[in-house]
Amino acid sequence: MEQYTFLRQLADSWALLALFAFLIGVFLWVLRPGATKQYRDTANIPFRNSDRPLVAKDDALTATPKEAGK
Amino acid sequence: MSNYLKLITFGLIALFAMMAINFARDIGFMVHGIIVLLVAAGMFMYTLRQTEASAFAGANPNEYADGVVRAGVIATAFWGVVGFLVGVVIAFQLAFPALNFDFLQGYGNFGRLRPLHTSAVIFAFGGNALIATSFYVVQRTSAARLWGGNLSWFVFWGYQLFIVLAATGYVLGVTQSKEYAEPEWHVDLWLTVVWLAYLAVFLGTLIKRKEPHIYVANWFYLAFIVTVAMLHVVNNISIPVSIWGSKSVQVFSGVQDAMVQWWYGHNAVGFFLTAGFLGMMYYFIPKQAERPVYSYKLSIIHFWSLIFLYIWAGPHHLHYTALPDWASTLGMVFSIVLWMPSWGGMINGLMTLSGAWDKLRTDPVIRMMVISVGFYGMSTFEGPMMSIRAVNSLSHYTDWTIGHVHSGALGWNGMITFGALYYLVPVLWKRERLYSLSLVSWHFWLATIGIVLYAASMWVTGIMEGLMWREVDANGFLVNSFADTVAAKFPMYVVRGLGGAMFLAGAIVMCYNLWMTVRRAPAKEASLSVAVPAE
Repeated sequence: MEQYTFLRQLADSWALLALFAFLIGVFLWVLRPGATKQYRDTANIPFRNSDRPLVAKDDALTATPKEAGK
Repeated sequence: MSNYLKLITFGLIALFAMMAINFARDIGFMVHGIIVLLVAAGMFMYTLRQTEASAFAGANPNEYADGVVRAGVIATAFWGVVGFLVGVVIAFQLAFPALNFDFLQGYGNFGRLRPLHTSAVIFAFGGNALIATSFYVVQRTSAARLWGGNLSWFVFWGYQLFIVLAATGYVLGVTQSKEYAEPEWHVDLWLTVVWLAYLAVFLGTLIKRKEPHIYVANWFYLAFIVTVAMLHVVNNISIPVSIWGSKSVQVFSGVQDAMVQWWYGHNAVGFFLTAGFLGMMYYFIPKQAERPVYSYKLSIIHFWSLIFLYIWAGPHHLHYTALPDWASTLGMVFSIVLWMPSWGGMINGLMTLSGAWDKLRTDPVIRMMVISVGFYGMSTFEGPMMSIRAVNSLSHYTDWTIGHVHSGALGWNGMITFGALYYLVPVLWKRERLYSLSLVSWHFWLATIGIVLYAASMWVTGIMEGLMWREVDANGFLVNSFADTVAAKFPMYVVRGLGGAMFLAGAIVMCYNLWMTVRRAPAKEASLSVAVPAE
C-alpha cells in the first residue's frame, strides 16, 4: 500500500498541478502575439494539395488558398 | 523474397487455425478458427499467384493512396445499413417480444443481437468511417502519400476481419460481458495488432508531411487512435482459460473492474465518437462550405480542453454504486466542465458558415453537416446534465439514456458521416457532382424526422419509467411492478421502432444515390484519362 499512497498523493498534488499548468500554458501559447497570422495560414491547409502530394517541386499547389476576408 | 515469408506466415496461421478447430472447447472458438483458416488459406493462394509478379508493384508517389479510402467508403455504407437494420429489428423485438422467435433462441434473440447492433454501428460503421476519412484527410493536409505502402490495406482488411470475428462471436455467445468491449481475448489481440498498424500508418504519414504544420483535424484523429489503443488494452487485460477456448477471466475484479470498464466506456464515447468525428468536422465542414474554420485558435483550445477533461468523466456511469463518492463526484464535475469545450467546438463548426449561410438553402450536404453539429451541441448539453447525481437518480437505467445515446450517435456521428460520404464519393470516383441532390434532401428529412421520433419517444418513456419506479403510496410501498412499466412503454417503443426504420430508409436512399453517383453522374473532365493504379 505504500506505493498506492505515494502515487495517490503525487496524483493529487504535483501531477495535478503539472497537468493544469500545461493546459493553461496551451491557452496562453495560442494567444501569443503573431499567432493570428500563422493560424490563418494553417487554417487554409485543407484548400491546398487536394489533388496530389507535394513532391519536391512547388508547382503542385493546385487550389488557391481562400482567405475568406477575415 | 518477402512473398516467401508471407507464404510461410499464412501457412503457419492456417495450421494453427486447423489445430484450433480440432481442439476448440466451444463452438464460437471453432467458428473463429474456421474463419481464420479460410482467410489465411485465401491469402496464401492470393500471395502464391503473384509470387513472381511483385517486381512492378511500386505505387506512384505522385498520387494519394485513395484505393483504401474508396474501400473504406464502401465498407462504411455497407456496415451502416447492416447496423441500422439490426437496430430496427431489436427495436421491434422490444415492442413485440414475439419477434424473439423460438427457432432463433440462443442466437437471434434480443440479448444476442443487441451487442451486434451496438458494435456494428459504433465500430463497423463509425470505425470504418473514421479509418477511411482519417486516411483521406491526413494525406491531403500533410500533402503526402500514406506511409507504409500496403500497410493501410492491412489495416482495412484486418479491421473487417475483426468485425466479422466480433459479430459471429456475439451471435454464438462469445462475449466477456463488458459493454462496448464484448469481444473475447483472441479477437482483442487481433484488434490490437490492427490498431497499432493503423497508428503506424497515420503517424508515418504525419512524419513525412510536406506542410510545416499539423492541421487540427489530424490532432483529433491522432488523439482518437492513441487513446483508443490505450483504452482497449487496459480494459481487456484478461487471462484466457485455455488457448483453445474463447473464455477468459478479467484481471480486475469488483468495483475496480467496473471503474476500468466505464473509464473505457465513456472514453470510447469521448475519443472514438467525439474526438475522431471532430476530426471529420474540422476537415469536411470547411471543405464543403469552402471557407476555413471560424477560429483556428478556438480549435486548438477545443482540442486540448477536450483531451484533458474527457478522460475523467467515466465515473458518472457509476453513481449510487459501490464506487466511492469522491470518484463519482469527480466524474460528475468533469462532465459538467466538459460543456465548455464541447460548445466551443460546436460554435466553431457552426460559425465556419458565417458569411455563407445561404449555402444552407442550396446545399443539402452542408445542411446535413450543420444539423450534425447541432445534435453534437444538443447531446453534449444533455450528457453533462444527466451526469449530475440528482438527475442521474431519475434517468439511470431508463430509456432516457438510450435516447441520449441515439441523439448523439444518429444525429452527430451518423449525420457528419453521411455528409463526409456525400463529399467523398464524387471526389474519390472523380465525378463532377452527386447523382441527385433531391435524394440527399430526402435522406436528410428521413433521418432528421427519424431521430426526432426516436429521441422524443425515449424522453417520454424514460422519464415516465423513472417516475413509475420511484412512485410510492401513502404507506411507503412501491406502486408499480417492473412489468407495469414495460406495459406502459409499449406505444413509445413502436414510435421508436418507426423512427429507426425512417433512419434506415434514409441510409438506403443514400446508398442508392452514392451507387448512382459512381455509375451515372458525369465524370470529371480529363481526370479519368489518368490511369488509376490497380492497388
